[in-house]
Amino acid sequence: MGTGGELAAVVGVGMTKFSATRGDVSMPGLVREAAQRALEDAGMQWDDIDAVVMGKAPDFFEGVMMPEIFLSEALGCVGKPMLRVHTAGSVGGSTALVAASLVHSGVHKRVLTVAWEKQSESNAMWALSLKQPFQVSINAGAGGYFSPIIRQYMEATQAPELIGCMVAFKDRQHALLNPYAHLHQPDLTFDQVVESPMLWEPIRYSETCPSSDGAAAMVIVNEEEADKAENPAWIHAGAMRSEANNFPGRDEVNPLASRECAEDLWNQAGITNPREEIDVVEMYVPFSWYEPMWLESLGFCERGDGWKLVESGATHIEGGDLPVNCSGGVLSSNPIGASGMIRFAEAALQVRGMAGDHQVEGARKAMGHAYGGGAQYFAMWVVGKDKPIA
Amino acid sequence: MTEISVPSSLDGVEPVQSVRTPIRMEYTFTPGVAAQTYLREFANKKILGVVSPVDGAVLVPPRGADSRHGALCDEFIEMPHTGHIGSFCVTNVPIPGRELDLPYISAWIFLDGADIGFLNLVAECPPEECRIGMRVEAVWKPDEEIGMTAENILYWKPTGEPDIPFEAAGVRGWHVGKEDQTNA
Repeated sequence: MGTGGELAAVVGVGMTKFSATRGDVSMPGLVREAAQRALEDAGMQWDDIDAVVMGKAPDFFEGVMMPEIFLSEALGCVGKPMLRVHTAGSVGGSTALVAASLVHSGVHKRVLTVAWEKQSESNAMWALSLKQPFQVSINAGAGGYFSPIIRQYMEATQAPELIGCMVAFKDRQHALLNPYAHLHQPDLTFDQVVESPMLWEPIRYSETCPSSDGAAAMVIVNEEEADKAENPAWIHAGAMRSEANNFPGRDEVNPLASRECAEDLWNQAGITNPREEIDVVEMYVPFSWYEPMWLESLGFCERGDGWKLVESGATHIEGGDLPVNCSGGVLSSNPIGASGMIRFAEAALQVRGMAGDHQVEGARKAMGHAYGGGAQYFAMWVVGKDKPIA
Repeated sequence: MTEISVPSSLDGVEPVQSVRTPIRMEYTFTPGVAAQTYLREFANKKILGVVSPVDGAVLVPPRGADSRHGALCDEFIEMPHTGHIGSFCVTNVPIPGRELDLPYISAWIFLDGADIGFLNLVAECPPEECRIGMRVEAVWKPDEEIGMTAENILYWKPTGEPDIPFEAAGVRGWHVGKEDQTNA
């Protein structure tokens, strides 16, 4: 059981305020803000860090080639090992897992990991609609790609049409509890979500994520260091999987790589009933319908039943037994490269009891989840208040 | 922090926080054997696929390798110009760099006999009548406009034939008759 090797834990978490445009900071300023907060939370100085692992979405999203190089000084990497991770939208999650692996392996004791996106300096919609050589240019952004997949889920499960709107409304309500969230819409009503225009039918405007600037950072340390910390989030399990985005018989709604990643994760964590044993989930949901879809894929319910969990209110922070995205999720803040790390960091905050107004009371085990590409890259972890049992 | 002194004529002027500097890059793309062979025949109004040497899966447009197995695909076959919609999106968002009347339908087209789909435009079909499993056929550009490009087919239109059932449409079609195989 477990991730193998040395135990590792999160002892510092830092995030920026997420917003459409962080015009007050440059890209180095943005990442440094998150990293500085993570160090302060960990009670560490820059010199205490042994290595830095960075991640962001593909370079052409911002038009800065290999930004990790020019961000090295802002993140105190000079003279230290520095790595960059690339796994599309799941990158924030896999970056954290790479950082954790440097500790699990015993190579380093204290690793800083940072992920970010400054979407205001870019046009991700354009980047995702690039004309490919010798292919018909027909896809309008990520929504255009995921809409046909969501449509298949809806038809296969015969889920009520407004389930997606319920998820979107729930996450926007949760966002009001998180001061860092990009979208704060206190006056938003459920009817407004339903009446918002169809962009990529069946996806409405209000069922899509915003375009955000922001960064997230964590300090991950070994057992010796974590034992000195007041409330570490112990890493119980971490898993990554990927698959091609188009092959015969590919289950696009519930990808094999997602199922296998989850199975590996639960096995490592010694979890046999995720619904019962996990207290809170931070899941990568950029389009509302992905909440029920991932609930099924991750094994929180039977296939075809994800929408019933949503409909029952199980995933709402108020009264739900499996609160999902108490931070407001990707639907409320989406600095793409950071979005996966925010999920992982929020899971850590929950088990440390440091999630503020969106804290799930008594949370002891939390899951962080990220996906990317054409729903083909997956990164997941389980963190706990208690040390994993060897 | 270093103090910076600016001329008094700039007093009260809002500081510049960012500037937009558009850049442009040109790429020369060389298609591999699979794409070249496909494009040459596409210019003759033929649609080619390749056959996976592992299990006979038919990939359209052709790919040099079967991504499941890393197996070289060098057997080409000619495909019919009819197929069905695996799934689709009714898009109300303009595509950067392409003018299309909104809303338009982008659909995963599975040619008859093909085991993967490709994304293409569907027209001559009101969005509310578009369905998963709907049978479609290619509408080609006028002959004089056809060349070695991916855009020889203007769009796909409904044939009016009965739909493919949902359970056999799109990627699900691969599993029909192979229920004992659970690997996907």
